[in-house]
Amino acid sequence: MNQAAACVSATALCKAFEDKKARTQVDALKSIELNIPTGSLTALVGPDGAGKTTLLRLMAGLMKASSGSLQVLGFDVSADPQSVQDRISYMPQRFGLYEDLSVQENLDLYADLHGVPQAERQERYQRLLHMTDLARFTDRLAGKLSGGMKQKLGLACTLVRSPELLLLDEPTVGVDPLSRRELWEIIQQLIDDEQLSVIVSTSYLDEASRCDRVYVLHGGEMLAQGTPDQLRCEADDCAFLAVPAEGKPPRELQARLLDAQEQIVDAVPQGGGVRFVTQRDVDRSALEALLDGAHCQPLESDLEDGFMVLLRRRLGPVEANPEAFEGDGDGRNDEVVIEVRDLVRKFGDFTAVASTSFDVRRGEIFGLLGPNGAGKTTTFRMLCGLLPSSSGSLQVAGVNLRTASASARKRIGYVSQKFSLYANLTVLENLRFFGGAYGLRGRALKQRIGAMLDQFDLRGQEKTPSGQLPGGFKQRLAMAAGLIHEPEILFLDEPTSGADPLARRAFWRRITALAEGGTTIVITTHFMEEAEYCDRILIQDAGKRLAIGTPQQVRELVDEQGGNLSMEDTFIGIVERNRQPEKGAA
Amino acid sequence: MTQIQNQTQIQSRFLTRLLSLIRKETRQLLRDRSNLLIGIGLPIILIFIFGYGVSLDVRNIRLALVLDDRSPAATNFVSGLTLSRYFNPVHADSVTAAEQMMQAGTVEGFVHLSSNFARELSAGQAQVQLVVSGTDATRAGSIVNYFSEQVAQWSGKAADRQGVSSPPGPRVEVVDRLWFNVANTSSWFLVPGLIVLIMTLVGTFLTAMVMAREWERGTLEALFVTPVRPTEVLLAKVTPYFFVGMLGLGLCIIAARVLFDVPIVGAPLMVVIGSTLYMLVALGIGLLISAVTRNQFLASQIALLASFLPALMLSGFVFDIRNLPLAVQVICYALPATYFMELIRTLFLAGDFWPLIIKDCLILAAYAAVLLGLARFVTRKSLD
Amino acid sequence: MTTSLIAFIYRVINLCNKEMLAVLKDPANRVILIVPPLLQSLLFGYAANFDLTDVPYVVLDQSSTESSRTLLDRVDGTGVFHRVATLHSSAEIERFIGNGEALIALHFPSDFEERLSSGDTAPLQLIVDGRNSATGNSAVGYVRSIVAGFNQCLNPETAVSVEVEARSWFNPNLETRWIIMPAMIAGLSMIQTMMLSALSVAREREQGTFDQLLVTPHTPFEILISKAIPPIIIGLVQSTLVLVVTRYWFHIPMSGSVGTLYAGLLMFTIASVGVGLSISALSANMHQAMLYTFVLIMPLMLLSGLATPVANMPDLLQTLTYANPLRFAIHLVRAVYLEGAQLGDVWRDMVPLMLIAIVTLPLAAWLFRHRLI
Repeated sequence: MNQAAACVSATALCKAFEDKKARTQVDALKSIELNIPTGSLTALVGPDGAGKTTLLRLMAGLMKASSGSLQVLGFDVSADPQSVQDRISYMPQRFGLYEDLSVQENLDLYADLHGVPQAERQERYQRLLHMTDLARFTDRLAGKLSGGMKQKLGLACTLVRSPELLLLDEPTVGVDPLSRRELWEIIQQLIDDEQLSVIVSTSYLDEASRCDRVYVLHGGEMLAQGTPDQLRCEADDCAFLAVPAEGKPPRELQARLLDAQEQIVDAVPQGGGVRFVTQRDVDRSALEALLDGAHCQPLESDLEDGFMVLLRRRLGPVEANPEAFEGDGDGRNDEVVIEVRDLVRKFGDFTAVASTSFDVRRGEIFGLLGPNGAGKTTTFRMLCGLLPSSSGSLQVAGVNLRTASASARKRIGYVSQKFSLYANLTVLENLRFFGGAYGLRGRALKQRIGAMLDQFDLRGQEKTPSGQLPGGFKQRLAMAAGLIHEPEILFLDEPTSGADPLARRAFWRRITALAEGGTTIVITTHFMEEAEYCDRILIQDAGKRLAIGTPQQVRELVDEQGGNLSMEDTFIGIVERNRQPEKGAA
Repeated sequence: MTQIQNQTQIQSRFLTRLLSLIRKETRQLLRDRSNLLIGIGLPIILIFIFGYGVSLDVRNIRLALVLDDRSPAATNFVSGLTLSRYFNPVHADSVTAAEQMMQAGTVEGFVHLSSNFARELSAGQAQVQLVVSGTDATRAGSIVNYFSEQVAQWSGKAADRQGVSSPPGPRVEVVDRLWFNVANTSSWFLVPGLIVLIMTLVGTFLTAMVMAREWERGTLEALFVTPVRPTEVLLAKVTPYFFVGMLGLGLCIIAARVLFDVPIVGAPLMVVIGSTLYMLVALGIGLLISAVTRNQFLASQIALLASFLPALMLSGFVFDIRNLPLAVQVICYALPATYFMELIRTLFLAGDFWPLIIKDCLILAAYAAVLLGLARFVTRKSLD
Repeated sequence: MTTSLIAFIYRVINLCNKEMLAVLKDPANRVILIVPPLLQSLLFGYAANFDLTDVPYVVLDQSSTESSRTLLDRVDGTGVFHRVATLHSSAEIERFIGNGEALIALHFPSDFEERLSSGDTAPLQLIVDGRNSATGNSAVGYVRSIVAGFNQCLNPETAVSVEVEARSWFNPNLETRWIIMPAMIAGLSMIQTMMLSALSVAREREQGTFDQLLVTPHTPFEILISKAIPPIIIGLVQSTLVLVVTRYWFHIPMSGSVGTLYAGLLMFTIASVGVGLSISALSANMHQAMLYTFVLIMPLMLLSGLATPVANMPDLLQTLTYANPLRFAIHLVRAVYLEGAQLGDVWRDMVPLMLIAIVTLPLAAWLFRHRLI
């Protein structure tokens, strides 16, 4: 086999799923043509339901193609899946760790299965454990790890050997920026040292831009392919950064830009300003009007800009329904709705949350950031009254929900990390249940369900069981269920993990509109650029509070000038600075 | 030369993977207390219950006596009952009182001697009324039988004593010998039968659930895309549970020998071979169920329905198959548990009856081969 | 007051509705909840039989005379015994009995006729397979009664005889089925009622929806009620299925009132759901909930009087059965079904069931929020 041969090549590859009940076929992949050269790093990107996972599963020999041919490492996958499986490593989206085995035992198992020689193991383990920051937890049962740590362990198990081809299905969902950075260093190193080929599906476009080649999938079709640079060029000369006049929050400008779909393709907050991409044939005067005096400068386009241009071209204007949220205008004031003082939570001798204090005011978007296992979810669960605190005081809407009467819980909404919905109930049944649980009934319930279906764009899916919804829909339904009773305070635990850029835009558009209407929002996220949407953020690590303030204030903690530092670099800077003395002492 | 090397290399990799998977299964098995509860706790509970709690023997029959006649003949009649090891009689003042005792469940029946018992007896023909509660039909039937026999014996003696009759006359006397169960207790046949139940539980119920859990939690997706072969996954799954089943066998043998003095007349080696075969059958059913349902709740319910309850009710464990309607017998003889039940009881109680042993072993081996083969066929490394 | 009551009722109905949907939406679940009780009640109705219907036997007749043949005719005439083989040596007996081809062997000695004609007692040897001693003993009893009849004919004018006039209450023909089937009305539904309730909380915990439920304004009491009602309904439906089979398929006459029966069953189902929910709250996941329930169900079934009477158990176990809801339920159902007991007669069964419910239900509710593990 010569070196330049393709490691994966597909011709007219199709995959259809049969819906037994409806007797219909759903085409997950339509006539895909691929030719991925050996030794390259390739990214699959695309919105939810694009067919990324199906394509990877076909390559891994876990599914058989409906038609077309697929060659992996020179083998016909459908004819001889085992030969392929002997030579590749694959990390599924939901890596099924054995929860009752310890971290070390999970690693050993996969090392044995892949036939990694004993001699190589120690060095490999050390690197992997260091990278994933799991070295402290080798004896802990996998089931006792936090969500992000589980994901990292899954990746470590996949990387116990150097395969000829590495398939990664959204490997960094729910993984914090620090680990994400380290993880990509490892992948890069593997490619450099061992010439292996990697195919990764991801919803982080900054990850895709590290790759040699990017394939953009949409609705089972190949929308575009090329080097990141080629795709980036789609948005050439169209990217700008606008900084609004003093005192005006950038997200208002961002919302305005995002809604003007005829002129603007995309707008996101960035470093205190708004990064936006215009249509090619933008009307300059209309743009000026939109900017409303904000200072504007051109930027070099990046892959995400290119991706958005490609998708917009394909999808046309997207309805965001922001009007539906507009409340009575300025709902925010200085009233403190969440007050946390010296909050501590211990599990045995392990301190999950150490003496944390903060306030959240009405109508604020309050971001809770931190690496995996920093105690964010534990803090959340205490705020929602699901877990008693070990010491300290906390008040949500004036009461401690752990001890307050049940009706006090009407004032909060909670969307958990896993989007806890009743999987075999339909969208409508889920909404009806949660509405009823909050005391809505009759016409009021019907009206609220209707409003939620409209606002979260769930029309047409009312009869689908929620377990069968694609990820993005699930997230929207979970939001709808959490908001059906119009709570004063909304808790969102990693709501955007695994969501594609398009879905995240729509999500934040809704969140900012809610905050405008006076809803207080507490949110955790691993997308650091999303912290820019927040009014204030709190950075936690190992249960301790490291920083609190507006994104700008936090940024200035790291860099005096502060101006252009990205939120991700800020976050990493703060966490690493804090971990430094700890390591020195150890 | 290189081919041989390759061969050994492939074998050693196969072994590494298999051993690693077995280690994983064993750890998982040992870490969840609920598994051990089924594997060890439940057998002990069952041995205790079937050894001591559930008895099909008829002893200590609680009877109320209503004596409207206080004559010596009546008293003599009653003393016969008091001395019998079958009866625990108590006195009741009237038929009404006895009826009340029976309603309340304090006695299982009552005997009524009318006021003219002695007079009738001297005339050669007396009547005794026996009323039993039919709430346990078998027991009630036995009570009637035992009582009648007691009365027949007494009347024979009474006739001798009174010298009324001429020589007793010709008669046939039944001399019965209960083979294979010298102690004549039900625990002798229930305790060996428990082995069947326990192996079914561990092999089918537990294994089906554990395997279904892997499907349900998606742990197999990552496992499949490794050099591991489906056969290895299945073998690894089977191995620890096989030993848990054998542990159950060990517990039953110890309990049988130590607690209940049940003999093991047949060859111990055959006990082990027969149990091994049935364990493989049970595991095959378990793996098959889990591969088809891929869902814990369904797998557990089907495992209960298709294997455990039939083993309890239809294998001849308690209820003799010979007494059942033909249609039900057909179902019984389609169950592998039936053959193992027959085999294990014969080996424990009766001895080495080779035609029976060989027949049962062959049937079990055939079931094991078919079921395990099917399980392997159904388990594919595929998510389609 | 009324508005809050109405609001409460609406919330409970809403919750119940969700629970019902969660269980019944899956067609496989619907099948698994309906088919097994039907199938089991039919199968066990036929299978749970201690009554001898077919006894294969072998005979070794070394006398081969008029008397032995007459006695054998009597044996064959019952319709229960059928002859598998006629043997020629006592060595063959072992083979037939040992291989399970015959249950009993009748051995007439060569002097059988001589002894009888000389007015003596002639022994008839009866060899029985004791591997199932219950069946074996029944067969012995049967042969003995045949021989007794034979003896009666030999000596028509025995001087002294005491005639036993036996009557059986509640079950005139002493059929095992009459006893088993009413017990199944309670017993069969308990299995799945308990499993369903045990799984309901464990499933939500495993899928993370339980937290979601706990942040709604529902009180633990409301959650408890709505977790309990669906399995109660399903349990009663299953009981009804078995009742129908008992009454209309096996034609076992019912003496008591349907109302009393259902009052008892309702109380019993509530108690079993309480036990199930308590298990559920103690389990970390579905796997554990299922295994714990199963380990509990086994002794509950076996020590309930379903197959063997509680009165025959050792004292220690009898005491333990006071914590067994099924023991009381089976007693109650039999009393109502076979004996026609009224509500006033069965309070002794109702009160313990109520106590079990009173202990387990609040315990389960408390455990919703205070997990032990």
